[in-house]
Amino acid sequence: MFTKLLIANRGEIAVRIIRAAHQMGIHTVAVYSDADKDSMPVLLADEAVHIGASALAESYLSMDAIFEAASKTGAEAIHPGYGLLSENALFSKGCKERGLVFVGPSPEVLAICGQKAETRKKARLCGLPVVPGSDDVLDKSQLLEIAEQIGYPVLLKASAGGGGIGMGLAKNARALEKEWDRCQSRAERAFGCGAIYLEAALPSVRHIEIQVISDGYGNYIHAFERECSLQRRHQKVVEESPSPHLSPDLRRQLCDWSLSLCQSIGLVGLGTVEFLVDAQNHAYFIEVNPRLQVEHGITEAVCGVDLVALQLQMAAGEPLRLKQGDLVQKGSAIECRLYAEDPMTGFLPKPGYLEHFSYASEEGIRVDTALQAPQEIPPFYDPLLAKLIAWGKDREEARLRAIHALKALQFKGLKQNQEFLIQVLQADDFVSDQYNTQWLEAFAQSLRE
Amino acid sequence: MEVKAQITGTVWKIEAQVGETLEEEDEILIFESMKMEVPLCAPDSGILKELLVSEGESVEEGQVVAILEG
Repeated sequence: MFTKLLIANRGEIAVRIIRAAHQMGIHTVAVYSDADKDSMPVLLADEAVHIGASALAESYLSMDAIFEAASKTGAEAIHPGYGLLSENALFSKGCKERGLVFVGPSPEVLAICGQKAETRKKARLCGLPVVPGSDDVLDKSQLLEIAEQIGYPVLLKASAGGGGIGMGLAKNARALEKEWDRCQSRAERAFGCGAIYLEAALPSVRHIEIQVISDGYGNYIHAFERECSLQRRHQKVVEESPSPHLSPDLRRQLCDWSLSLCQSIGLVGLGTVEFLVDAQNHAYFIEVNPRLQVEHGITEAVCGVDLVALQLQMAAGEPLRLKQGDLVQKGSAIECRLYAEDPMTGFLPKPGYLEHFSYASEEGIRVDTALQAPQEIPPFYDPLLAKLIAWGKDREEARLRAIHALKALQFKGLKQNQEFLIQVLQADDFVSDQYNTQWLEAFAQSLRE
Repeated sequence: MEVKAQITGTVWKIEAQVGETLEEEDEILIFESMKMEVPLCAPDSGILKELLVSEGESVEEGQVVAILEG
């Protein structure tokens, strides 16, 4: 095992990784921008290195600054967290060239997973059904013809994308050309690659993903599913595990498919295979995320594993001691993402000054956060303030614990979605499991009217 | 008519030019805040008389960023 780990990330996920590393006796190095100089990761890590100005491009996305910090501190490994450089094949390659352990897949695997059209091809070869769409990256002249073949409405997706960035919906040919320009320029800017592919926009679908764990010795296991249908702008807000929607047969099928695909790609470490499931229970592969997911905590709560610790062990070259039979889904967990945003104005981001934040320690409740109010919540980074994870012996106990814990949260001075999350968990449709990927935005709209 | 920023963030891209005739809902500019791009649209039709911000500039919620003449 390496002895010093640099965390190339910020906020709650940096805190989460530092905690796991310290519990394993690993020395930690935080990196920080101007805006994060007094942040919790800086306080908790054994060492901290300033890497630049507040803008992401000048700090957390600057590979040179991060490599320099690693060299200066003698770090032997880098954990990229999620987002930022976590799926960047060049970063993984740069680590390798410098003799640093990248806590994530090889540059080759990241290159495959990073080109979504390429992953769709791999998935089809493994026998997974994929959402009807185009495999090859298109140019504009092919666009209308392929959209006609798929049938409107179509989704435009950035081939190198993620997190809902560079995605657009077109209901007709006119909208398609406009969305193409918009998505392409945003994908170019966010990922440095403007390639776009098309997928049918399936109605009434659920978003379900499978957690895969693998070492470098051919051992692949899964840690079941996460139900992630409650989204706004294609970004998740509430997740739960197990999915109340999934039959045992479909669960088994999705897990088998996921293992087979990850094996064929050669993924090592953590990977998540994402699917859409329609009202007739037909499943379609969407993409593989070769990294730690934001919502990993609900899997940890239900399966009793520490995914970050496993990730570190596998990155250090240790074989997976956990067997498939060791993992069972026990009880139910719900994650609520607290965002600095206003659900009543179309979920507009709301950076600003947070005067106070506190939460009560309750049975079955875990809060992952880097908040230490009073503090400024800057506009440079994503709006995630905290993740509240509730575990219960069944879904209803988890739901009631989550509502109670959300009500006990104390926020002062910053617009956020605490109240909205309570309303979601209390909604009849949530209680009776009658929701899909379009439900959350429609629910917010109904509250506004 | 004063057009105000609906969020705190930075001006990512200016989409309309001074002197241009805009229809209601036409994009004037795009803000960036918390890794999200938020378009600012014309609240009414009219001529874009003034743009009070430039690309890369920081803005506060409620700040007047453009003048539209009906």
